[in-house]
Amino acid sequence: MIPEFRLRARTGVLATLASALALTACATTGSAGETGSARSDDKTFAARIESEGVFASTYKAYPGIATALKGATVFDGRGGRIENGVVFFSGGKIVAVGGPDTPIPADIAVFDGTGKFVTPGIIDIHSHLGDYPSPGVDAHSDGNEATSPTTPEVWAEHSIWPQDPGFTRALANGGITALQILPGSANLMGGRSVTLKNVPGRTMQQMKFPGAPHGFKMACGENPKRVYGSRGRMPSTRMGNLAVNRDTWFDAIDYANDQASGKGVKRDLGKETLVGVLKGEILVHNHCYRADEMALVMDMAKEMGYKVTAFHHAVEAYKIGDLLRANDVCSAIWADWYGFKMESYDGIMENAAYLHQAGACVVIHSDDQDDIQRLNQEARKAQKAGLRLGIDISDATVIQWITFNAAKAMGIEAMTGSLEPGKMADVVLWNGDPLSVYSRPEKVWIDGALMFDALDPKRRPVSDFELGQPGEGDVK
Amino acid sequence: MKRFASCGLSALAVFAAMTSPALAQDVTITNARLVLGDGGAPIEGGTVIVRGGSVVYAGAAAGAPATGSSVDAGGAWVTPGIFATITSLGLMDVSAVSDSNDTRARGAPFSAALDAATAINPSSQHILVHRAAGITRAATTTVPAGSIFAGQGAIIDLDGDSRAVMQARAFQMVNLGEGGARLAGGSRAAAHTLLRASLREAQALVGASGTPQTTEIVKDDEVLLSRFDAEALVPVVTGRQKLYVAVERAADIRAVLALTSEFPKLDLVLVGVTEGWLVASEIAAAGVPVIANGLIDLPDTFEQLGATQSNAGRLARAGVKVAINAATMKDPRRLQQVAGNLVALTRVPGATGMEWGKAFAAISSVPAEISGMGGKAGVLKPGALGDVVLWDGDPLEVGSVPTRVFIGGVEQSLESHQSGLRNRYRDLDESELPKAYDW
Repeated sequence: MIPEFRLRARTGVLATLASALALTACATTGSAGETGSARSDDKTFAARIESEGVFASTYKAYPGIATALKGATVFDGRGGRIENGVVFFSGGKIVAVGGPDTPIPADIAVFDGTGKFVTPGIIDIHSHLGDYPSPGVDAHSDGNEATSPTTPEVWAEHSIWPQDPGFTRALANGGITALQILPGSANLMGGRSVTLKNVPGRTMQQMKFPGAPHGFKMACGENPKRVYGSRGRMPSTRMGNLAVNRDTWFDAIDYANDQASGKGVKRDLGKETLVGVLKGEILVHNHCYRADEMALVMDMAKEMGYKVTAFHHAVEAYKIGDLLRANDVCSAIWADWYGFKMESYDGIMENAAYLHQAGACVVIHSDDQDDIQRLNQEARKAQKAGLRLGIDISDATVIQWITFNAAKAMGIEAMTGSLEPGKMADVVLWNGDPLSVYSRPEKVWIDGALMFDALDPKRRPVSDFELGQPGEGDVK
Repeated sequence: MKRFASCGLSALAVFAAMTSPALAQDVTITNARLVLGDGGAPIEGGTVIVRGGSVVYAGAAAGAPATGSSVDAGGAWVTPGIFATITSLGLMDVSAVSDSNDTRARGAPFSAALDAATAINPSSQHILVHRAAGITRAATTTVPAGSIFAGQGAIIDLDGDSRAVMQARAFQMVNLGEGGARLAGGSRAAAHTLLRASLREAQALVGASGTPQTTEIVKDDEVLLSRFDAEALVPVVTGRQKLYVAVERAADIRAVLALTSEFPKLDLVLVGVTEGWLVASEIAAAGVPVIANGLIDLPDTFEQLGATQSNAGRLARAGVKVAINAATMKDPRRLQQVAGNLVALTRVPGATGMEWGKAFAAISSVPAEISGMGGKAGVLKPGALGDVVLWDGDPLEVGSVPTRVFIGGVEQSLESHQSGLRNRYRDLDESELPKAYDW
């Protein structure tokens, strides 16, 4: 009811988990045999290794028809803008993007986009849909394994409830076609994230983005030290945060070296995640608000030999745009959140514009089941804050913040995030300028399949949870 | 290290504004795209005249009386100040820093007796930040923490002088939804019983017969109602103070509307009301205004299963007086964005939104009326407070901000901690001195 309610609720969630400490889940070893031993035979047993496919995506694109959108203003997601453009997709892929003379075959579906806009599908790099689903009851609180400050062994995809109605709102109101679901920030090392296609599924695997790398969620600052310090255990300070992180990395490096030298190391889920980070196969997404802490984390990454892909929340990124550019680290940020906790006290609306000016990578994110429905509007706020100071950032670049830049930081930019031939036909047709408060998605295609149509009441998803409830199938 | 020429002056202006009330200016603004806040469409080429802190004219240029010097708005949007309800403005610095947060008195033996006016800090950064966002008046309140009652909210202005409180104890608030049930001991039934018992205690204090006079309700070491709380409910039960009731579910809304059969003088306002659209005609028939969640469209709780962004629009269409609730937003700066989204819904098939003028009224004159400031705040017409905002664009369009803000005829500084950071970090040049010297 009051803004802090929701924040308090998150805190409350943590407190509830704290009382469940007795149930500490520390079974990281399992009985999985030895890394590299390929198959079971009569005498030995071996779990599959990741490269053989575990919890593999079963996502398949739904049927679509060859479609051309003509006459709209097109933002291609790479900073390009085409007036009176043509976007043609077929077989689930973008075939052609260009001006009014772009050739398209006869006998395909053609939508008149006059007065409308086309963008790539919007991508949210920071969401908890599915692992903190609606309704937000305690029984659904599956986003923080807050029983140990380092839980690199947990995977967010194992918490996801595909029936979260939030996915449907993100699609219909936000044009979201792909999103990264992260563990929460109670822990220094929260676990692996997963990237989803925003297509309803009966199982998580049906939503899992094929070929997307895992991410690794880390958190610095107030949350870990508060959660664990309040229980009288390490870390209770920021220096404790760094110490626990560094010791954990040392162990992971030893594990990786033992593995590489052919020693028969016992499989360890957490270490496998950390080794994946060291090898560059898993991308680090680090929740971090303060500039000084981001600088420390970047030095820690250098010490250990891994790379931070993106700082999330990063409300003070504007203070170190030069450092972030030099280290090639993206900042995934809100437009206007500030002041709700001490480390957010210096949040300003100019954050994105200052980062852009410094040549650093900008991504606008939500971390919120409501804001994910309006990433386009949040991006506009950030753009306008810059414009007021004479930092003129084009609309097409601003769209890139919520499409290609997000895809790049999630490691899926070769597949989606922009309207380029050969890429997935993840496309939004907006009923007006997507950077205006007055515009909404009219149609959303994912891999060329029409998954939402504002003009067709049946072409919108309704989760199992909402069947038979008041407002089933309502516009929402 | 480039500096804004105006920085030093602006900082001084902030300091001056914090120390003592400033004198109202006489100001005439012409050539405005003028929004009156009354629900109507903008008036092109409009004029606003403020004298002695109050509006003396707002409308077409043709009808304006002659004045001396004037500000040419150059066709810019000019509106009344936004009226934010319900907020915690002035009651906290950082919500998660509990020592700086006065919104919840969880450990106090008082609830309904709490008086937000005693805790308002006019110099709060949130007041400065929200003033720069065009909010000039607000309803601000503590929230239910130790009992179902929030305490008594205040109407404040955001001019940052020493007198923020315009009206203390303007309303009482009670939670009768899931939150109230939890605070009352675990059931909506307990919350309703506690409310009724509390109102009967208040009646007893003013001489009603046949009611108990324990004037204290406790459970273990939790005080659910103290004598002072009962006294604070006297103006509620006698209809002299509004009772804001926070509820979401359709059934809970009906239960609130039924309260007046037992307590006929209650002056009810519904708050939240996610499922209001399901009982819109009943709310309209009861004549109870609603401070509605604007864009809540998820079943975040079992009392919000019917959530839809069309709720506010459907309520308004049914004849309910609807203001937008600032409390469900990240912060009240987003009121304009939410109102803009309601306009967007008018273009979505099957959805119900609001026309531009109605949407603006839902964040200006309507919440002011509900707060007892009808004709005074959130509107530009003769006799209204001289709260006038000039904008750099359509005020409901996301990203638009005020260029000038007048409160009671006094031009306000738009500076804050945030603008200080903005100015300091306009570049990252430390070739001559550290950033700490750049202020």
